[in-house]
Amino acid sequence: MIQTDILIIGAGPTGLFAVFEAGLLRLKCHLIDSLPQPGGQLTEIYPKKPIYDIPGYPDVLAGDLVDNLLKQIAPFKPEFTLGERAETIERDNDDQFVVTTNKGTVHRAPVVAIAGGLGSFEPRKPPISNIAEFEDKGVTYMVRNPEEFRGSKVVIAGGGDSALDWTIYLADVASEVTLVHRREGFRAALDSVEKVRELNRRGKVKLLTSSQVIGLSGNGKLSSVVVNHKKMGGTEIDADYFIPLFGLIPKLGPIGDWGLEIEDNAIKVDTFDYSTNVPGIYAIGDINTYPGKLKLILCGFHEATLMCQSAYKRIHPDKKVSFKYTTVTGIDGFKDE
Amino acid sequence: MVLKMSDTINMVAYDREGNEYKIEAPTDMNLNVMEVMKGSGMDVKATCGGMALCSTCHIYIISDHQPEGPGEDEEDMLDQAFDVEDNSRLGCQLKIDSSLDGLVVKLAPQGS
Ligand SMILES: Cc1cc2nc3c(=O)[nH]c(=O)nc-3n(C[C@H](O)[C@H](O)[C@H](O)COP(=O)(O)OP(=O)(O)OC[C@H]3O[C@@H](n4cnc5c(N)ncnc54)[C@H](O)[C@@H]3O)c2cc1C
Repeated sequence: MIQTDILIIGAGPTGLFAVFEAGLLRLKCHLIDSLPQPGGQLTEIYPKKPIYDIPGYPDVLAGDLVDNLLKQIAPFKPEFTLGERAETIERDNDDQFVVTTNKGTVHRAPVVAIAGGLGSFEPRKPPISNIAEFEDKGVTYMVRNPEEFRGSKVVIAGGGDSALDWTIYLADVASEVTLVHRREGFRAALDSVEKVRELNRRGKVKLLTSSQVIGLSGNGKLSSVVVNHKKMGGTEIDADYFIPLFGLIPKLGPIGDWGLEIEDNAIKVDTFDYSTNVPGIYAIGDINTYPGKLKLILCGFHEATLMCQSAYKRIHPDKKVSFKYTTVTGIDGFKDE
Repeated sequence: MVLKMSDTINMVAYDREGNEYKIEAPTDMNLNVMEVMKGSGMDVKATCGGMALCSTCHIYIISDHQPEGPGEDEEDMLDQAFDVEDNSRLGCQLKIDSSLDGLVVKLAPQGS
């Protein structure tokens, strides 16, 4: 079990900066994120775009801002559970929260700060009516163990890097790989596009462009997919696996069922300290809502700062927080344990 | 102040359930179709705020309008959308100007 002072759900800019403000108060943080890397929307959606409204930075690339935040919080030795989604929360007999992820990792802390942004990033699922029936029975949104596909007939859909990379990789593993894409061109890296076209010429990969997968069938397990070509119409092809790769989309997910007051997909908070209706659980950044709320990075930083003051009082009810500037104290990082 | 009617266009948008929204939109406020649909209370997530970096404002143009595009960024993002047709566009890439008067659009299915 992982024990910490403030358990932060979401490693976007808000969650990351909370580590710094907590560290100044000598509180330790652990972060959970369903993405494999920190940075939230900045890393996942727009790493190469400049941001112009971070105070003190006339412009900064989103990816660089995340790198800088990681550098800034490094002295306070944050720990991460990445690639896992916080699923359930309970309160134990010592008034501590126990948060368990979808992979069963258990975390415990007296304070939980939800910095979940627009929600947990999850694979986008195509609107095929019976797709849920075949999930884990042939339909999978992520390749975890490529060996699973050895000797099978695989249909991949999508036109981005992951669709092409897996097509190339699985060409040597699966017995048959078909890549279905809605148009002729691809947005993926040029050399992988070339590689796929080459594999197609050599008969190692079937390429169905101007096409979309519109139907699935099978008896308890996927056995074929229906591919619709723009001009030629539908054909059914045999498939043991269908892997749709259409990127990620944020979803509020399990946090919506944690007994917190929700309004328009966001958690209602008191702007005094960004506390929720459950004492000990806070919500900061894009995930919260209050009159006048703006979903901006700088607002998340402010919210994280005030939240930490309140968290300190909760964790150390009999101590006083003495407020000091960093210019006075410097950064006194945590020693290795 | 009198609002000059010549500075607005009229358009019609249908949501995924087929409900009709009659929208009057100003042409001089640098708005796009995604923003006016969202502003009319339609269920458009607009995760990326209008930078062609998500595909949550995927629409079909039903009227005869053929606005310029889609550009390369828009095509790339449409690759992440579903049920993409020849008349598919991202609403955020369609600037509201007088050429769009009478536009009719429908929100595309979203997947889940
Ligand atoms: C294209 C674009 C441009 C933008 N430009 C600007 C700008 O110029 N200036 C500005 O200030 N803001 C901008 N924003 C908004 C800004 O990115 C957000 O305000 C900011 O990302 C919010 O940070 P956050 O840490 O609160 O949430 P996020 O960045 O959304 O991070 C939340 C993290 O929590 C994780 N998470 C959620 N639920 C769970 C769970 N149950 N388990 C595990 N992990 C979970 C998610 O996977 C995610 O990584 C822009 C946004 C976009 C998309």
